[in-house]
Amino acid sequence: MPGLHIDLSIYADEEALLVGLRRHEPDACTCLIKHFAPLVYARTLRLLGDPDEAEGALQTTFVNACAKLDSYAGRGGLGTWLYRIATNEALMQVRRTRPQVSLDAVAETLGPDDLPRQLQPWPADPAALALDHELTDQLEAALHTLPEGLRLVFVLRELQELSTEETATALGIGESAVKVRLHRARLKLRELLAEYLSAEEGT
Amino acid sequence: MTRHTHTPEECRRLLGQLNEYVDGDLADDLCDVLESHLAGCADCRVVLDSLTKTITLYRGLREMPVELPPDVEERLMQRLERDIHASDG
Repeated sequence: MPGLHIDLSIYADEEALLVGLRRHEPDACTCLIKHFAPLVYARTLRLLGDPDEAEGALQTTFVNACAKLDSYAGRGGLGTWLYRIATNEALMQVRRTRPQVSLDAVAETLGPDDLPRQLQPWPADPAALALDHELTDQLEAALHTLPEGLRLVFVLRELQELSTEETATALGIGESAVKVRLHRARLKLRELLAEYLSAEEGT
Repeated sequence: MTRHTHTPEECRRLLGQLNEYVDGDLADDLCDVLESHLAGCADCRVVLDSLTKTITLYRGLREMPVELPPDVEERLMQRLERDIHASDG
């Protein structure tokens, strides 16, 4: 990869990295980005579904984190702290640009489209069928085909481990809507993966 | 292949409860009804099994980074440097 080359072991642990960051050491900032930017970007991209928006939220996350470093108490680890900022940034972006999409455009009950169509048994270990990155690519691609109102709920609940209540508050919808959307998202992803896995198994 | 001992309506009705079932949130009496249905319905067993595997596969992504597109890292560094200089100045 072109660009920045530094020794990532320059800081012994997160505590040392934090000291470096607070002293505005350039290497500390580079270390922080090298380690956490791909993880933060994964979260903003999965929430927002758009690379440009995800990059915007990534940048704002690091800018805000650097500005708040002095008030960071160190509890829960730098990653947890950064991911929380990133989630908030991504959700603000959603509310700013398309509030109606995330809130209204999704049915709150299971409909005919949600009924399972793929009824072939799955392999015992689907992950063993495909190369790691192939399956990961499929999971990411399937996620991005979900309607936004379903994707947001699924990502917050399953990937970012928010509770039903926290997800409802974050999106400004009811808890029962969160539950139905999560179910619909899981069913849709199951259909999409079933198509992929049955094709893989046949090859 | 289907070996239904019940109506498709029952499959549809119980589909709505699968979510709470896989999360361990379904009430005991409803679990009994669902499990008794599952025992006689191969299709619903497939749906339950694949739904559970779908969830497990996605949870595996939690700590998985994605590859940054070209120049994203460099633009991030530039933005931070700009902001740090602006706040110093």
